[in-house]
Amino acid sequence: MDMNGGQALVKTLECEGADVVFGLPGGAILPVYDPIIESPIRHILVRHEQGAGHMAEGYAHATGRPGVMMITSGPGATNAVTALCDAYMDSVPVVCITGQVPYAAIGTDAFQECDTTGITLSVTKHNFLVTEAQDIPRIVHEAFHIATTGRPGPVLVDIPKDIVDPRNPRSAMTWYEPTDDLMELPGYRPATVGDPELVQAAAELICAAERPVIYAGGGILKARAAAELIALAELIDVPVVTTLMARGCFPDSHELCLGMPGMHGNYTAVTAMQSSDLLIALGARFDDRVTGRLDGFAPDAKVIHVDIDAAELGKVRTPDVAIRGDCKLVIGDLVEAVRACGGRGTQADRQQWRSQISGWQERYPLVYEQSEPGELLKPQYVLEVLRDSTPEDTIVTSGVGQHQMWASQYWRFDHPYTWINSGGLGTMGFSVPAAIGAKVGMPDRMVWAVDGDGCFQMTAQELVTASTERIPIKVALFNNAYLGMVRQWQEMFYEERYSEVYLSHEVPDYVKWAEAMGCVAMRVEAPEEVAPAIAKANEIDDRPVVLEFRSAAEENVYPMVPAGQSNSDIVVDPSQR
Amino acid sequence: MSSPAVSDAVQFHTIVTTVENKPGVLARVAGLFARRGFNIESLAVAPTADERFSRITFTVDVASAPLDQVVKQLDKLINVVEISELSPTESVERELMLVTVAVDSGERRHELLELIDDFRAYVLDADQSQMMLSLAARPNRLDEFEERLRAFGIVQLQRTGRVALRLLGL
Repeated sequence: MDMNGGQALVKTLECEGADVVFGLPGGAILPVYDPIIESPIRHILVRHEQGAGHMAEGYAHATGRPGVMMITSGPGATNAVTALCDAYMDSVPVVCITGQVPYAAIGTDAFQECDTTGITLSVTKHNFLVTEAQDIPRIVHEAFHIATTGRPGPVLVDIPKDIVDPRNPRSAMTWYEPTDDLMELPGYRPATVGDPELVQAAAELICAAERPVIYAGGGILKARAAAELIALAELIDVPVVTTLMARGCFPDSHELCLGMPGMHGNYTAVTAMQSSDLLIALGARFDDRVTGRLDGFAPDAKVIHVDIDAAELGKVRTPDVAIRGDCKLVIGDLVEAVRACGGRGTQADRQQWRSQISGWQERYPLVYEQSEPGELLKPQYVLEVLRDSTPEDTIVTSGVGQHQMWASQYWRFDHPYTWINSGGLGTMGFSVPAAIGAKVGMPDRMVWAVDGDGCFQMTAQELVTASTERIPIKVALFNNAYLGMVRQWQEMFYEERYSEVYLSHEVPDYVKWAEAMGCVAMRVEAPEEVAPAIAKANEIDDRPVVLEFRSAAEENVYPMVPAGQSNSDIVVDPSQR
Repeated sequence: MSSPAVSDAVQFHTIVTTVENKPGVLARVAGLFARRGFNIESLAVAPTADERFSRITFTVDVASAPLDQVVKQLDKLINVVEISELSPTESVERELMLVTVAVDSGERRHELLELIDDFRAYVLDADQSQMMLSLAARPNRLDEFEERLRAFGIVQLQRTGRVALRLLGL
């Protein structure tokens, strides 16, 4: 069938199962926006290309399917760079289609030309510049394949205007079904199965360990291995810490769950890792926010490291057993290998370890003091009420900073794929667009965006997208009038010399702003108003809602491992010292 | 053949990659080195016998631990098909030098011709006052030749960067 490249691109997206595209048209991508009109694909018109990127990420996190974004050349592409880098750091499968100036004009400094593939080289898993219309189905298929297999990540496909413009003869092509056998990727061989000998060696280490901890990372979620993780943890009766990227992969309510480790992890999770004699790292990458000062991290622990990406094995901490493979398969094999060793009965005696852990849990729970009448709200309190007044499978997104840490600490994540945040890149402004993407992907689920006032001001315009596209997300906006985490660091490490962190409680007026964007908005200032406001927000399902919680500026996130210090020097809440 | 000697005090590693012969692939590979802060000491790129692929030979000066990380990162590049590290003891390395040397007297010319003979270099061009030479040899042999030529006065010099193949039977 004869087609033009633009039609072929849209049809290929349909073949790849893309039901939603987040995007914003412009000159170079214009020809592709014409066949979009006839396509069953839902296009969500964003207000800024960064928003399209975070929406695609939110969609991918929530559904497990690749998020698709489509934007124009030049500034369209550069605006998306932050989101692409975010997806790269957090291994989120995203396919980004960018328009490009006509092939013959590339390199001439044409209007809205930029070297998109050059700029995005280091923030994508791979990128393509398509030069012939005939290649479009194959290359777009390759892009989806690369984005979703192995360690997932963003893939960008840059498409010159002439090969998609029906008025240009270079756009002529003959349609063919994009299939795996047409792919030309001789250098791409994602790992799957782990080496059985190494699995056996890992099983032996596990059985002999007296103080083991499972260190579960975001790779568990990417591998869709939550069920396998529960099976392994229960079989070997070993406590599990879930990193910021892994929250929800193991139920917080499970008796073996220790919660989040790291810089703002809880005391027990941090200290159990520090004191362990075996870390079973599954799909985790020993991020500096988890390890603290590296030479002081878990000094007595042997390490089993399972990851699909060989470059993670030994990158930070030299493992005793390194298994390259898909977490779902390797954990399944580990379960079998431990069973073959005799299973639970043959494990080392861990009674003392268990009582040590429960001692820490009793002594150092997460704490905060409720506000006195007339004082501003405590964010921790608001999050507890929000958690207890929403369905268990509510999807929570977050920006970056104090509110993010409190959300991760105080929420109870009992289901995988209910927590969506920017972990690796730490992108302020992630929350609102990510929530929109998640809600589009999972329309029957309640989606709450937890956000700070600094973050909100970076991407709030996407609430216009949410209103006009009828995507009823809910925003819990913590307005403490500060760039709170930076303020906390200045208080703790810069002798309270506050520099450029004050934002104001009053300007902008968040309620008016949200209303202007088509949202229902409420300001909440007292503890007794919190639950009723949330109840009201939960009833609204035809438009976005913004609840502005006026929060205490001086509240700090604890525990905290100061940057560059050992996890053994964890600073607990002042009331626990 | 004499066993190849390690030519320098610093530890050089030769990495040979087979890559897809496509635009931009060299930039991806070289960019990865740059982002990790590695200086590429020498670089040679050309298509292989199969024109769909090119071979890129790098020499880098690095400690072995970060090198392992770079090799793994290189392997992640979609366009990199194969990657291997070649040690001097298990491979042959060759490099080509083109050099123009000043020769200001008949006596000097005679000395230079002896040197050319010793090193098995070739004379490509000559006039009253200069000679252009070529030498393809082990990189340390080129270093020695270059050193000896300094006495005559080097007018122009260009080296290609080394290429390497694994020795037979290894």
